[in-house]
Amino acid sequence: MKDFNYHSAKDSKEASKLSSSNSAFLAGGMTTIPSMKLGLASYKDLIDIKNIKKLSGIKVSGKSVTIGATTKHVEVANSKEVKKAIPSLANLAEGIGDPQVRNRGTIGGSVANNDPSADYPSACIALNATIHTNDRKIEASKFFKGMFETALKKGELIEAIEFQIPEKSSYQKHPNPASRYAVVGVYVAKHKKDINVAVTGAKPCVYNDRDLSKALSNSFSSSSIQNMELDSSEMNSDIHASAEYRASLVVTQAKKAVDAC
Amino acid sequence: MRKVTLEINGKKVEKEVQDNTLLSTFLRDYLNLTGTHIGCDTSQCGACVVHVNGNSLKSCTALAADIDGSKVTTIEGLATNGKMHPMQEAFKKLHGLQCGFCTPGMVMSAVDLLQKNKKPSDTEIRDWLEGNICRCTGYQNIVAAVKEAATKM
Repeated sequence: MKDFNYHSAKDSKEASKLSSSNSAFLAGGMTTIPSMKLGLASYKDLIDIKNIKKLSGIKVSGKSVTIGATTKHVEVANSKEVKKAIPSLANLAEGIGDPQVRNRGTIGGSVANNDPSADYPSACIALNATIHTNDRKIEASKFFKGMFETALKKGELIEAIEFQIPEKSSYQKHPNPASRYAVVGVYVAKHKKDINVAVTGAKPCVYNDRDLSKALSNSFSSSSIQNMELDSSEMNSDIHASAEYRASLVVTQAKKAVDAC
Repeated sequence: MRKVTLEINGKKVEKEVQDNTLLSTFLRDYLNLTGTHIGCDTSQCGACVVHVNGNSLKSCTALAADIDGSKVTTIEGLATNGKMHPMQEAFKKLHGLQCGFCTPGMVMSAVDLLQKNKKPSDTEIRDWLEGNICRCTGYQNIVAAVKEAATKM
């Protein structure tokens, strides 16, 4: 791994001040460190944000669950408040990677990285999340821009993610058996006013499947999407799954999610 | 370079490290604690699992600098007064290893499981060991060893 300068920031202000065009924030490091070791990324400065106390923790109000950026997956998975307010979110966290990744990896890191197969971005879309940064609030629908791309500006730091509590919801994924990343993951959430069907793993970036949500708006049952065939032309194709298989998996996982709601 | 202060297997350790020194490198090359193995070096195989502040992590994917001030337990820290830890005993008794390369990580990961779940089912053990890969045993005896250890811990 190439040399870099490690900094531990005391607060968001200091973290932002230390950042440059050649720096990265370090939370759990579950992607950043392997990427740097493999030479896929290199930075002059790594700014550790784990010691910023304000960035960790879970708050539940009547309408939303707000999770600090450096809250670890294991904390979300085990949180009684999250299990009560949005059980599917705790369930999603429990299914990320392996225990050692969950002990270390953070929600903010996952969302900022926007891996096309990551789990949390689908939760943000399905649960009408608001991404709170040190500078502004960004709606999830405007946050995820493309493969590994987000609306974050250089030096902008995610502080917390606020999820809207749905009436019912479920996240179902077909995991890659080695990495536990989603080959396809579908997060269905029924809110008072809308239904979201957020899909991860299928396309270069997480998206809300309007065809499925429209069909479910007419009748919220798995039979209403039973025979749907999705356009696979923009779907990912690799050694794990062809685009056509992924298109089929989206419907299968969506049906499972609706049945589990 | 920076100075880190850690408690490793109950002993205070102070060393100068490079900012990019991995915890696995620190343990093996700086402290000669070579029981922590480096297998894949890409955080998949779990041979490098140690405990930091009571939780298991993959030491090939953590910086020595960013765990400054923590308590670390490695496989060398499990035995007490020359007596093996019940998990080590169980792995030995039930042949939970063949070549032994993955064993330190398996044992450290399994000890963390039993700290959190005293009586895990077979499925829970297999789920938990998701991040530890053994290429010899087929896992049957590893699962049996963890179950055996659960009755002794």
